[in-house]
Amino acid sequence: MMTQDTPQPLNTLPIGRIGTVSELVSHDSERRRMLDLGLVKGTKVTALQKSPSGDPVAYFIRGAVIALRTEDASKILIRCLA
Amino acid sequence: MGLTRKSTGSAVDGSELVIRKSNPDDRIIALAGNPNVGKSTVFNALTGMKQHTGNWPGKTVSNAQGEYIRNGKRFIMVDIPGTYSLMANSAEEEVARDFICFGSPDTTIVVTDATCLERNLNLVLQTLEITEKVVVCVNLLDEAKKKKIRIDLDELSLQLGVPVIGTSARDGKGLNELMDEVEKVAFGAQKTYPPKLSYGPEVERAIETLLPLVAPKVSGIPARWVCLKLLDLDETLRESLAKFLGHDLAGNVAIQTALSTIWEKLKEKEIAKDTLRDLVVSKIVERAEQIYQLCVSAPKSGYNSRDRKIDRVLTSKATGIPIMILLLGVIFWITITGANYPSELLSTGLFWVEDRLTEFCLFLGAPSWVQGLFVEGMYRTLAWVVSVMLPPMAIFFPLFTLLEDSGYLPRIAFNMDKYFKKACAHGKQALTMAMGFGCNACGVVGCRIIDSPRERLIATITNNFVPCNGRFPPFTKRKQ
Repeated sequence: MMTQDTPQPLNTLPIGRIGTVSELVSHDSERRRMLDLGLVKGTKVTALQKSPSGDPVAYFIRGAVIALRTEDASKILIRCLA
Repeated sequence: MGLTRKSTGSAVDGSELVIRKSNPDDRIIALAGNPNVGKSTVFNALTGMKQHTGNWPGKTVSNAQGEYIRNGKRFIMVDIPGTYSLMANSAEEEVARDFICFGSPDTTIVVTDATCLERNLNLVLQTLEITEKVVVCVNLLDEAKKKKIRIDLDELSLQLGVPVIGTSARDGKGLNELMDEVEKVAFGAQKTYPPKLSYGPEVERAIETLLPLVAPKVSGIPARWVCLKLLDLDETLRESLAKFLGHDLAGNVAIQTALSTIWEKLKEKEIAKDTLRDLVVSKIVERAEQIYQLCVSAPKSGYNSRDRKIDRVLTSKATGIPIMILLLGVIFWITITGANYPSELLSTGLFWVEDRLTEFCLFLGAPSWVQGLFVEGMYRTLAWVVSVMLPPMAIFFPLFTLLEDSGYLPRIAFNMDKYFKKACAHGKQALTMAMGFGCNACGVVGCRIIDSPRERLIATITNNFVPCNGRFPPFTKRKQ
């Protein structure tokens, strides 16, 4: 199901797994906010923990723990690493 | 209806860019930094001011000012809002960027978090593009040591081309050394040489084309940075730039023609505005990563693992919400029952005074309206407000600060976000509402931590429905 080649949205990354960013599909200020988090191409993202209701999910990005809502995470395409 | 730039932007916080010097030897020092890195602690330690420091973003509402005198020289310290970037995604970033660019600070101190340096370097590099006169303060060194993170400050200074000083501002450590360097840079005794970042051949070529047109028209800000910003200009910067320069640079015909040819060329290379922005940000992030790897050694495992275990308990499906309810419940219980005793005491005392005042009025033979106005009107109301509101506030706020310092508040937002989202609001509203229980004014001010204008508006308007502890029903019933 999960292969190295096809980018998948970040919200589908299972907890505990690591992915690298391949593309951002958002625009303008939304995109800039993602870039500010350091989410540029090639950045490693680890899915850490779901909130009690399942949304948002906490991710480990460049040394910081950041919570992203599903709607935002779905606009970040990643490749699953491990 | 709507939140316009004017109603939410820098215009409302009264931030003034021009700082008045009372002496030409005075130096203006800007304090920049990411949110939550102890910037306000550094500011308070240096200026002796008691600005409330707390650990959520947006604490610094506008540019706070203070004075610091050293070796007979006066430094005007300006605490600018904490931001992650200077790309002006929010009102805070706009205020921060405008002050660093157009406030002409003699030195800018960028306060960074030693435990999270990579992310913080992003802002340092962005600041270095605007001004060379920078001193980097690596704060929270004590916490980094606890987490076994080692930072090579000399190497960092070499890589950035500016002085780097390690501090633990809470204990006042390193602040003297910091101000030594700031003084040197501000008075020109120490030159700084931050290396220029290259944004790749396409962007560099575009900057080269613009530079001869732009350079003669700007002074006081680096022309290269202006060129880069002209390529991807947002309206707020255009306004600020025009105000600073006294003419609308972006409206210049020669520059506009040059820009359209540049964009044609860039489009041939399949670079659109989004791609250009990505390119610029990627270069900065990559450089930050590079520097981080050169200067910081952190243990691979163990680092953060304890925090993560605690987080798992505090935010898990089974225990997250119960723990939250319990914690907040305990705080309210302590506040409400605890406040009863001092409240009782205060009201007994204050109303005893009222009786004496009444007797005094009778003794003087004052007309009944005087007694009614001053004793029963003014004094009694004041006594009521003080005895009802002071004790719960004096208990609630310290408790809330404890919760804040423990870093638990963002976890509440994380736990609650889904439910707030159902009401088109944001999880962070849980914090401003909790703050509202203490004082609605504080709660409303705290709403700035919410990024999206719509969600912020909802939080601001509905905060009033949270009864602050002066309005807790048990009290009002008992007293009336």
